Amino acid sequence: MTNTDTAKTETPDSQSAPSMNAMAAVAIGLGWLVPGAGHLMQKKWIRGLLLMSSVATMFFLGLAMNGKVYKPNAGDLLDMLGFVGDLGAGGLYLAGRAMEWGDVLIAAATADYGTKFIVVAGLLNVISVVDAYHIAIGKKQ
Amino acid sequence: MILALQLSHFSAAVIFAFFSSMVFGICFRGNTRDMARYGAYCFAVFVIGVFGAGWVMRFLHR
Repeated sequence: MTNTDTAKTETPDSQSAPSMNAMAAVAIGLGWLVPGAGHLMQKKWIRGLLLMSSVATMFFLGLAMNGKVYKPNAGDLLDMLGFVGDLGAGGLYLAGRAMEWGDVLIAAATADYGTKFIVVAGLLNVISVVDAYHIAIGKKQ
Repeated sequence: MILALQLSHFSAAVIFAFFSSMVFGICFRGNTRDMARYGAYCFAVFVIGVFGAGWVMRFLHR
């Protein structure tokens, strides 16, 4: 193999390697704070709006079902994981805490569903943030 | 919140499946056609899973 061949084989690898850039950092931060905004800022309008509506609808349906919004805690493991999941919703979670939404005791099956809806809204937002990052670094169109 | 939205187990599961599948489709596939197909696939798997889990629980409950 000549030097030229080596250069040809190395070029695609170095181009496809993920890297952090300013756009990617902003996409992560903004996408976490406002669900779907990481896509919207990259002009992926339909994807961004669908992600925003999905995450926000899940979150607010959870609240409407009297779901609980977890607070930072060092108690039960499931409560800690619930907080981590909720935190993924970013701005929705912060707004919920500021407005004292979801500050309830879970007393019915629907409230338990609501709690899960809120946690999953956060986890789905984490997935959408990762997707926005992949778009920003050029790994995905 | 005083009035709670009352959903049945099934409707809650279907709503959950719908929005989760939409996010999965968008985030785990690269082009529009594949996104729609994968979202529909995930939704179908969720709903079939609901029916499957329902039947399993029915037999376990006996």
